[in-house]
Amino acid sequence: MTTSRKPRIAVVKLASCDGCQLAFLGLGEKLLELASQVEIVHFAEAGPLGALTDLDITFIEGSVSTREDQDTVHSVRRQSRFLVTIGACATSGGIQALRNLSAGNLLSSVYPSPEYVDFLAHSTPVSSEVGVDLELWGCPVNGTQILTAIASLLFGAAPAAERDKVCLECKRRQIPCVMVAKGIPCLGPVTLTGCGALCPSFDRGCYGCYGPSENPETPSLARRFAGLGLLPDDIARRFLFVNSQAPAFLAEGRRWTKEDRHE
Amino acid sequence: MPEGSQGFLKRERLQDLFDLLVRFGFEPVGPRVQDGIIVYAPLSGPEDLPWGVRDLQDPGSYRIEPDLGERNFSWANGPQALKPFLFAPRDTLWESRRDISGPLSFSPLSPPNRRLAVIGVRSCDLAALSLQDRHFLKGPFPDPFYKARRQDLLLIAVDCSHPARTCFCASTGDGPEARSGFDLALGELDEGFLVRPGSDLGRTLLRELSLAPPAPGMEERLTAQTDHAASVQERHLPPGEFRHDLVSRPDHPHWAQIAARCLSCGNCTAVCPTCFCFSEREEPALDGHHSLHVREWDSCFTAGHSYLHPAPLREDTRVRYRQWLTHKLGTWHDQYGRSGCVGCGRCLTWCPVGIDFTDDLPRLLEDPDGG
Repeated sequence: MTTSRKPRIAVVKLASCDGCQLAFLGLGEKLLELASQVEIVHFAEAGPLGALTDLDITFIEGSVSTREDQDTVHSVRRQSRFLVTIGACATSGGIQALRNLSAGNLLSSVYPSPEYVDFLAHSTPVSSEVGVDLELWGCPVNGTQILTAIASLLFGAAPAAERDKVCLECKRRQIPCVMVAKGIPCLGPVTLTGCGALCPSFDRGCYGCYGPSENPETPSLARRFAGLGLLPDDIARRFLFVNSQAPAFLAEGRRWTKEDRHE
Repeated sequence: MPEGSQGFLKRERLQDLFDLLVRFGFEPVGPRVQDGIIVYAPLSGPEDLPWGVRDLQDPGSYRIEPDLGERNFSWANGPQALKPFLFAPRDTLWESRRDISGPLSFSPLSPPNRRLAVIGVRSCDLAALSLQDRHFLKGPFPDPFYKARRQDLLLIAVDCSHPARTCFCASTGDGPEARSGFDLALGELDEGFLVRPGSDLGRTLLRELSLAPPAPGMEERLTAQTDHAASVQERHLPPGEFRHDLVSRPDHPHWAQIAARCLSCGNCTAVCPTCFCFSEREEPALDGHHSLHVREWDSCFTAGHSYLHPAPLREDTRVRYRQWLTHKLGTWHDQYGRSGCVGCGRCLTWCPVGIDFTDDLPRLLEDPDGG
């Protein structure tokens, strides 16, 4: 970026839990270093609430879940040079997109006075409304990913996208496979890394927070889950979770969902 | 005990071996049970070794269970071979800097200086080491990271006595007996170890241990045990020369059958003790003046591995799996004068869906036209 003023950065929130903002905030000292090089215009969890105008990089957390979210997304897109989604919600609709799969009246089963709640029928990713320049997956994202993206964008380089599967990262960290050694169902073989294989390092299977990897062989993995004793609905729930609307996970989840199953 | 011949080390004297290694400036690493898996880790003494443990391995499954005896090596292998000690999963190779006015400068980095003594190395892993040595050291540009780690590595081998169901080293000719490439080799019996040297340093260490000669019958028992370890192996590679048939039928329909099971996750390549592929990337600092150049394990099952602008050459699982197996068992011969498989069976065990290429191989070698 060649302008003499400091690049203007914003972090915008839609329907979300704020966890991605907190991951950003968790960078600590590195955030201070960043603050010396850019102007942080708007970042609710960190304090600044400046007007969302004339932005160089805008990070969006959260899914498009209300009409207000729709308006925000379009307005921010017009004001931003680079628009970057952070996290599962902004990138694939997030956990709240589970309502997209629900046929019944979800609202009244959750809220005692649903008449006060006004939201869209579906929770959708930012890319369903406007063009997005970069998508960072994760639930939440990790701060280092955001920082690396900023560093690249500030110096005019295309950010290097994560592309490997969690399995490869697990093996690089020399974490023995939880599925092979413990029989724990794990989405690692079909999930993009970026988390550093966090859950397997604590003896848990991968939850798929970072969304489908390239070439995700979900049918074979789902059959393996069945071999480990998961019932069809359990298998469906593994795929229809944090990133239920990511096409590869949605398709596999539907194959194992009762109403979609053709037996 | 005559110079160069075997000595007998009672199990109760294992501590002497550890003490000796430390006295010679080595950091002992070796097998230990960690969270239900036998991994290589730093060892403070014999108490850290597995005691009375065996492993149950099948394609896609690994478990350990108590064994009746008190042996330390009554199991076959864990997920790691020697590879991570030498070809590290991640290394920062160099650092580049740019001053405001000055030129771009590059500084090479080097690995941390550790003198490791690895205890419990199996013959398959020694065979794999010899292949990795050839790859990383014998070309016109030896890898400085591998070289630095390799020259300070002391190897204490163990003859395999309890092969897993996934093992087939007898078929590849790489085991179960440790034959070369070690400093010391241990043959484990119930009462202790027959110790034999394989290098000058090994001979020095053996002399320092001042062991008694083996009791009558011990050497015969060890030979019988090793023969047994070879004969009980259930899996094997097809007999004879098959690499040309394997490589010359890229459209064999069985490749698609394997691809329907394969996750393209790359676990087989990561646990393979001979696989050596890596990728490199920059880690730029925020200040724009400083960047680290990182190398990390890659796999022929990733999109990045075959990426040539503007797209990966090997887009789908069928061609990625085919690349792996035809290289490992076929074109590896042209590059390194032998197959890239040492029969350790890790790619079977640690495949999350249990693909067993020793089972698929005969089908891949059937003439698809029935001729």
